[in-house]
Amino acid sequence: MATLNIMVLVALAYVTLLFAVAFAADRAAARGRARWLRSPLVYTLSLSIYCTAWTYYGAVGFAARSGLEYVTIYLGPTLVVIGWWWTLRKMVRVGRSQRITSIADLISSRFGKSNALAVFVTLVALLGTTPYIALQLQSLTLSVVAFAEADPTREVAVNRQSTAFWVAAGMALFAILFGTRNLDANERHHGIVMAIALEAVVKLVALLAVGIFVVWGLSGGVSETLARIDRSAIAEFEVPGSRWVGLTLLSAAAFLCLPRMFQVMVVENEDERHLRTAAWAFPAYMMLMSLFVVPIAVVGLDLSPEGANPDLFVLTLPLMGGQEGLAILSFLGGFSSATSMVIVAAIAVSTMVSNHVVMPVWLWLTGGSAVMSGDVRLVAMRARRISIAITLFLGYLYFRLSGGGAALASIGLISFVGVAQFLPPLIGGLFWRGANRKGALAGLSVGFALWLYCLFLPSFGPSFLMPVSVLEQGAFGLSWLRPQALFGPAVLDPVIHAFLWSISLNTLIFIVVSIFSFPQPVERLQGAQFVNVFDHSGTTGGWTGGLAQSEDLLIMTQRIMGAQEAQALFAAAAREQGIGGYLPEPTPDFLVTLERALAGSVGAATAHAMISQIVGGASVSVQDLMAVADETAQIMEYSSQLEAKTQEQERTARQLRQVNEKLTQISLQKDAFLSQISHELRTPMTSIRAFSEILRDTGELTAEEESKYASIIHDEAIRLTRLLDDLLDLSVLENAQIVLNPEHGQLGGLIDRALMGAGLSEASIRVRRRPEDEAISLYTDLDRLAQVFINVMSNARKYCDAPNPELRIRVLREADHVAVDFIDNGSGIPAGEQGTIFEKFARVSETRAGGAGLGLAICREIMARLGGSITYVPGQEGAAFRVLAPMALPGQATAAQ
Amino acid sequence: MTDKARPVFVARRTYRQRRMADAARLLPVLGAGLFLVPLLWRSDGASVGEGDAVAASGAGTVEVMLYLFLVWIFLAAAAGLISYRLPAPQDETRRDGQG
Repeated sequence: MATLNIMVLVALAYVTLLFAVAFAADRAAARGRARWLRSPLVYTLSLSIYCTAWTYYGAVGFAARSGLEYVTIYLGPTLVVIGWWWTLRKMVRVGRSQRITSIADLISSRFGKSNALAVFVTLVALLGTTPYIALQLQSLTLSVVAFAEADPTREVAVNRQSTAFWVAAGMALFAILFGTRNLDANERHHGIVMAIALEAVVKLVALLAVGIFVVWGLSGGVSETLARIDRSAIAEFEVPGSRWVGLTLLSAAAFLCLPRMFQVMVVENEDERHLRTAAWAFPAYMMLMSLFVVPIAVVGLDLSPEGANPDLFVLTLPLMGGQEGLAILSFLGGFSSATSMVIVAAIAVSTMVSNHVVMPVWLWLTGGSAVMSGDVRLVAMRARRISIAITLFLGYLYFRLSGGGAALASIGLISFVGVAQFLPPLIGGLFWRGANRKGALAGLSVGFALWLYCLFLPSFGPSFLMPVSVLEQGAFGLSWLRPQALFGPAVLDPVIHAFLWSISLNTLIFIVVSIFSFPQPVERLQGAQFVNVFDHSGTTGGWTGGLAQSEDLLIMTQRIMGAQEAQALFAAAAREQGIGGYLPEPTPDFLVTLERALAGSVGAATAHAMISQIVGGASVSVQDLMAVADETAQIMEYSSQLEAKTQEQERTARQLRQVNEKLTQISLQKDAFLSQISHELRTPMTSIRAFSEILRDTGELTAEEESKYASIIHDEAIRLTRLLDDLLDLSVLENAQIVLNPEHGQLGGLIDRALMGAGLSEASIRVRRRPEDEAISLYTDLDRLAQVFINVMSNARKYCDAPNPELRIRVLREADHVAVDFIDNGSGIPAGEQGTIFEKFARVSETRAGGAGLGLAICREIMARLGGSITYVPGQEGAAFRVLAPMALPGQATAAQ
Repeated sequence: MTDKARPVFVARRTYRQRRMADAARLLPVLGAGLFLVPLLWRSDGASVGEGDAVAASGAGTVEVMLYLFLVWIFLAAAAGLISYRLPAPQDETRRDGQG
C-alpha cells in the first residue's frame, strides 16, 4: 500500500483543480456572463474561511481536552451573523459607499483618513496574522507526517520544513496569480472566491464523512455513541462560566475584526442581499461543521493508543479503520481549510501593507508628488505582490523558529485577542458620531500594549522573550503588574484575562479620550457619513476646487488607474458637465468622485493625500459643516447658499472669460489670416504678373529663359490653386456638401499609405507602431481618413521639437470605434492654445512658418462627416491627437452588407 | 434626530417590515441568552467543591450538546424566516446612489 504517494498525487490533482476553477471563474467573470458567480450561496461559502485548519483539526483536540468548550468558537460568529441587521449590514454598506479596501482602510477612513491609524492597524494585523499562517503550515505538515507514519512502505522520513516551504510557496503563487489581477481592490476576485467556495464544500463534506464513519462505522450508531460519550472523560459539562462567555465574545469580536473575514465579508461582497442568505446559511454551516466533533473526539480517545495527538483524530481514525479513501478526503478537507485561510489572509494583509505602508513611503521618497515621476500603478501592484510573498515567508519563518511546538497550538486564540483590539474603534466608529481619531489611537495603543505584555510575549514560554522574573513577580518587581494577573490574584485563565483587560481598557480610553478631545472637520464629516450611512445621500464634500489643475489630476490618475480608465473617467465627467474633451472643470463633486475612484486602488488615506497635493489642501465647505453640526440655523443655511452661489458664479465667470478669450483670439486670428491670405495671394500674383509681362514685352528671350519664366508662372499658379483648394475644401465640408465614397480597407494599410503620403522618412522622424493592433478592417471613406492621418503626421514632422523626434501610433479598439493616437515626443501644445487649434486659421505659434492654418480645421470637419472625431489628448509625453473613427460608416453599414 | 418628521401611522406593510427589523435586532440577544442557559445546569463547582456533588447534579455533555444543537437549528431557521421578510437592502442602495 502506497498511501503517502497516492495522497500526494490526489493533493496535486486537487491543487490543479483549484487553479482551473479559479482560472475559469476569472475568465467567465471577465466575459460578464457568470451570474452564478454572484450567487448568495457562493458568498456564504466564502465566509467559511473562518473555519481554518485550526478549527478543522483543532476543534477535535480542543473537545478531547475540555469537552464542549470548543463550540464557543462557533457560537460567537453565529450570534454576529444572525444579528446582521445590527452590524454587518452597516459595515457592508459603508464599505461599498466609501470604497473601502481593508479593515485598516475602514478605520483610517472613519477617523479623518488618518494614515497613522492605518499603519498601526496594519502592523497589528500583520503581527496577528503571521503566527496564524504558521499554525496552518504546522497543521498541514503534521497531517502529512501522520500519513507518512501510517504508511509502512515509506523509505524516507518526511522533511517537515521542506513540506511547509513548498506549501507556502504554492499558496503565494496562487494568491499572486488570482489576487493581484487588478489594482482596484474593490473589484471582486472571482477566481479566488470561487476556489474558496469549492474548498468550503470539500471541508464540510470531508468532516461530515469522517463523522458519519466514526458514528456508524466505528461506534455502531447514535445511541451507542451517546453512551460512549457518557462513559468518557469529558462526560461532564464543566466549562468555567468565564471561559464560556469570554470565548464566545472573543470569537464574535474576532469574526468582525479579522482582516481575512473583512476581506470576504465586506470587500468581496457583491450585493447586500447576500447577507440575507448568509444570515441563516452560515450558522447552519457552522452547526454542521461542529456536529460530529465530540463523537470524533470521544471515539478517538477510546481507540487511539495512549499519547496520540488528539488534534489529528480526524485523520488518524480513518487510517486506523483502514479507510484510505476517507483519510485522503479528510486530508483534503484540512488542506482546503488551511489554504483558503492563508490565501485570503495574505491578500488582505498585502493590500493593507501596500496601501498604507509602501505607497505613502514611496510617495514621500519620490519628492511627495504624484505628478512627477514613475508609474504608480506598477509600484502598487508590485508592492502588493511582494507583500504577499513576504507575509507567507514570515509565516514560514515563524513556523521554523517556533519549531512547531505547543506555543503554536495556542496561538489561534492569542491572534484572536490581538485583532479583537480593532473592535472598539470599529463599532464606535460605526455607531457613535463622537468617536474621534485621538481616542481611537489612544485606545488601540493601550489595548495593543496590553495584548503584547499579557499574552503575546508570554506565549513564547518563560524566558524566551520575557524574563521569568517579570512573569512571576511583575515588571519592576511590582506584583500588580504580573502579566497574567494584572491588578490582583490570578483567577482567570491567561487568554480570558488578557482579553478582558485589554478590550475593556481599550474601550474605556477610547471613550474617555474621544469625549475630552476635539476632532478635525474631516473626522466629523466622515463620522456623520459612517454613522448615518442609511440616511445620508453620500457626498463627502471637502474639496473646494478651482485651483486644481485638471491636467495635473489627469496625469496623476493615469498613473494610478491606467490611461484608458482615467481618460474614460475624465471624459465622462466632462460630458456630465456639458464640456467636450478630457478635462472637466474641477468642481467639488468631481473631486469627490475622483477621490473615491482612487481610494479603490490605493486606499482612502493615500488618495486623499494625493489629491490634496494637487488641489492644495482640503477644506470643508460651510455646507458640509452644516451636515455635521446638524443645526438648523437659518443664517448659516443662507450664507452657505450664498457661498455656493458665489462659487457657481465664479465658475460661470471663468467659463465666460474663457469663451471671451477664445472669441478674441479667433477674431485676431481672422484678421491675421486675412492679411496673411492677401499676402499669400499677392506674392504669387505679383510674380505671375511680372513674369508674364516680361514674356509679353521682351522680344529676345532665349528658349531656356522662356521656359524658366513659364515654369515660375506655373509653380506660382499651382501654389495659388492649392490655397484656393484648401479654402474650397473647408467651405464644402462645413456646408456638408461632400459626397463620401465608402470602401473596405485595412487600418494598417491605410496608415502605411498615410506615412508615405506625409513624406515621413526615418531621417526626419522615427515612427513606432504595433502592426498587430492595426489589423482592423474598416468601411469608410478611406481617402478622407488618409487625408486626416497625413495632416496629423506632417504636423508631427513639422512641429516636433525633440532632438530625436519620434512619433508613436497607438491603436485602441473600442466597441464599434477604433481610436488611433498619434503621440510625438516634443513639447506638446501649450494649455492655452489647446482650445483653438481646431479652429480655422489657427497656428500654434506665429514664429513657425507653416501652412495657412487650415489643416486641423479640415481634419475636424472630415472626422465629423465620417461620424468620428479628432481631439487633442492632454497629459501625454508630447503633442497627442486622437482620431476616433467608426469601423463602419454610420447610416451606410446596412447598405454595405 | 429627525423623528419630528416621521409620521405616526404607517401602512400595514411598512409596519410589518419595521417589526421584522425589530425581530432581526432582537434575535442575537435571544440567541445569546439561550446559549448561556447551560451554565445554569452546571454543578456549582466553586461553592460545593469538586466532589461527588458534580456527578450527582451536573448536566452531562450529551444533554448540553443536544440542547445547543437544537437551539442552533432554531436560530438558523428563525434568522432565515426573518431575513426574507425584511425590506430588501438593495432598494435602499439604489435610492442612496441616486440621491
